[in-house]
Formats: sequence, C-alpha cells, structure tokens
Amino acid sequence: MEKATETVKRGHAQMLKGGVIMDVVTPEHARIAEDAGACAVMALERVPADIRADGGVARMSDPGLILEIMESVTIPVMAKCRIGHFVEAQILEAIGVDYIDESEVLTPADEQHHIDKTKFKVPFVCGCRNLGEALRRIAEGAAMIRTKGEAGTGDVVEAVRHARSVIGEIRRINSMRPDELASYAKEIGAPLELVIETAQKGRMTVVNFAAGGVATPADAALMMQLGVDGVFVGSGIFKSGNPAARAKAIVKAVTHYNDPKILAEVSKGLGEAMVGISVTQLPEGERLAVRGW
Amino acid sequence: MKIGVLALQGDFEEHCVCLKRLGVEAFEIRLPSQLQELDGLIIPGGESTTIGKLATDFDLVDPIRNFARSSPVWGTCGGLVFMARDVGTDQPTLGLIDMVVERNAFGRQVESFEEDLQITGLPGGSFRGIFIRAPRVKQVGSGVRIICKLKDGSIVAVRQGKFLATSFHPELTDDDRVHHYFLDIVSQEN
Repeated sequence: MEKATETVKRGHAQMLKGGVIMDVVTPEHARIAEDAGACAVMALERVPADIRADGGVARMSDPGLILEIMESVTIPVMAKCRIGHFVEAQILEAIGVDYIDESEVLTPADEQHHIDKTKFKVPFVCGCRNLGEALRRIAEGAAMIRTKGEAGTGDVVEAVRHARSVIGEIRRINSMRPDELASYAKEIGAPLELVIETAQKGRMTVVNFAAGGVATPADAALMMQLGVDGVFVGSGIFKSGNPAARAKAIVKAVTHYNDPKILAEVSKGLGEAMVGISVTQLPEGERLAVRGW
Repeated sequence: MKIGVLALQGDFEEHCVCLKRLGVEAFEIRLPSQLQELDGLIIPGGESTTIGKLATDFDLVDPIRNFARSSPVWGTCGGLVFMARDVGTDQPTLGLIDMVVERNAFGRQVESFEEDLQITGLPGGSFRGIFIRAPRVKQVGSGVRIICKLKDGSIVAVRQGKFLATSFHPELTDDDRVHHYFLDIVSQEN
C-alpha cells in the first residue's frame, strides 16, 4: 500500500473537476454548501471580502474552527496557509485537511520562497496568473492549480485575464518547435521539462480551476467555457442576498456551462449578488494577485 | 458501440479519454434525453453527494434506472456509491446494486493510496488500484459477486449481472483492462 503518491495527490483534484469549491466560515455555512452540491469547501475565518475590508495581517485560520467544519460535512475540506509558511502547512496536515491552498489571499510569510510541497503527504493547490507561475508551482509540488483572479472583489475581470493567459500560452506552446520551447521556458522562468510535457499534452498537467471574483452563475459558466476544470467561489456566495439559492445555481451552472437555456433558468430570482469592488479602481497595493513569485 | 459517461461532476473526461483510446464512441451525459441510443453507461468518480443532487435536480434518477433495466452500468468510486442500495446517509442513490457502502471508508485524503489488486476474471495479472477518499462495500446481497478484495478483506469491486462497481479509479491509469472488461459486458448484453 503506497500513500501520498503524485497520482493520488493529483487524482484527488481530478475528482473535483466540473465542480464548485466554496469558501465557508462556519459549520453552518459548510452544510449549506454541501446541501447546494459543492464538491469541496474551503474552511476560513473570514472570506476574502472581509479580509480586504479588515486589513491587517491575514493568517491561517484557527485549527479548532477548521476541525469543526471537517466534522460537519462529508465532502472534502481544504484550508489556506500563507505563502511560504511551511509550519502553518504542517499544522494543517496534522489536523488532516484534504487539500492545502498556499494562498495569496493571506499575507505572505516569505517574499522569495514558496513552500516545498513535495515534503508533504497532503496535496497543495496554488494560485497563478500565467503559465510560468503555474509551472513553477507544479515544480515545487503543487498537485492542482487555480488561476488567481482578484479575490474578494466580485469582479471577474482578473479571473478572465489569468485564465486566458494560462490557456492561451498552452495553445501557443502546443505549436512550438523544441528549440522555441527551450527559449520560451527561459523567458517565462519555468522548468523546460514541464514546458515540454505541457506542450505535448496540450493542457495543464494538473487540474486547473478558476478563482477570484466569480459572483454569478454566468461568471462561473464563463470561466468553464474559457477552459478551466472547475471554479472556486469565495465571497460571492455568503456575501450575497440568498447564499443557499446562489450556491445551488452556481453548481448547476458549472455542470451545464454550455447550455444557455439552463443558465438562464438557474440565474432567475437569486436576489442581490455581492456588492463588489471594481478591480480597475483598486490601488496597486491592495491587489492580492501580485503576491507570489 | 456508444458509451455514455455521466458528466454532472467528477472525472468524466478521463473516462472519455480511455474509451476513445479503445476506439469507442464516448458521450458526456447531462440530461435524460441524452441516454437514448447508448449501449452502456459509466458513472465516474467525483463527489457522490454532488452527483446525486444534480441527478435529482435534472430528473436523471428514474431515467438512469430505466436505462439500467436493459443496459450495463459501471460506477467508479463516487459512481460506486451512487449505484448502491444503501450508503448510510440520506443522499440520493440509484439502488442498482444490492450492496451497503461505507463512504470515505479508508479516511481522509492523506490516507488515499495505491495498491496492486487481483481482480477475478481480469486477464493479465495484477491491476494498479488508485484509491482516493475511497468507499468500501460493507455488505452484499446474494446476487452480487465480489470480484476484488484488499488484503485486509475490504471489498473494493463487485459485479451484479450487467452492473460493475469499483472503489478505485482505472480511468486514472494507462491500463485499459477494466474498461475492456466493462465493454465485454456491454457486447454480451447487446
């Protein structure tokens, strides 16, 4: 019996495909998410919109809270640690979370190094804005990637930018000659073997979700049609007028992302979406996506 | 041969890739009308609660049961859970196979594992089983044949007539023998 193999780590993300992973801050939220059909939850003390509003240093959540959430649902539970904070990751592994998100939504603990994720039994998901960043994270041991978007804004524009960037770059390398791949790998700061492997497969070698700014069923379906494997929804559900209805609608929209009639049906009568902040009005210093190296 | 893969959530794409590699037409199934003209159905791995809720909301439960009266169905992991008669929770299931299933029976993700398996009726020696937050079959009715157990006695693959269910994920390997095994069942039924 062999545990924590690359196949088993990446495979868990493959089981989440076509699904919605929802941020939750209480066991009650977690049950609402599970009832709505979430394929996993992200256990947090505050959703990104509140982290943004509160300011200060954002850290790993209280392990006691994460454990309460783990006990309240049967679906997988993920939790976030700070970029580079491998001790927070050790603690999350010790309590048995199913996936760790080394996340730019929390305040980075290291401005040069990400966690060496190969040292862990628990798999990691990491954010990226482009292919180079994605492949650097995979080289460090990430078993799943998510495009960053701009968390806590309810504005999907950055999620679209990052997904288009990653998927567009994969399309480009797919038609490159080997000598071009070598120079491209250098240009984007990614290991050549991962660039070659990705070019040959014509897709990311791990599962790739979208995140950061998804607030409506249409946003979720947009990301799916752009070519991601699934969607994280952070503040978009529990900062909206009717979380249970919106959560269900987003789950249905991710399954039927190519069916505009069903998308119209599920988008009806959901009440207020989260208020949102336009990313173009966000000062550079308040952007979370630039965190990570 | 036309095989449908239930595409509500989970690793349906991986099953489609295996089927295409074997030269079989694969169709993603999200609505009841898409079940027509299929020779067999695969229910992939994924979150069984999510798959069950979406199947209920889009009125797929009875149409799949009707389809299964005359056609083979295979479930992997979450698909095995969805095919069970009893899973010990109130989540919707198809009740196709007379078995009681325990979800997440081996623990959380850090306990997920790979293991070489001996599967009754599968030629070519051992098969690499990938178990991810996997379920196990706790009890089976008299019409159910156990075709694979782990060393500790856990039941991880069963066959009931034209129905097949596995706790593990052949679609995550390059070894197509279990897909072949299912396609043989489909050929015999048609």
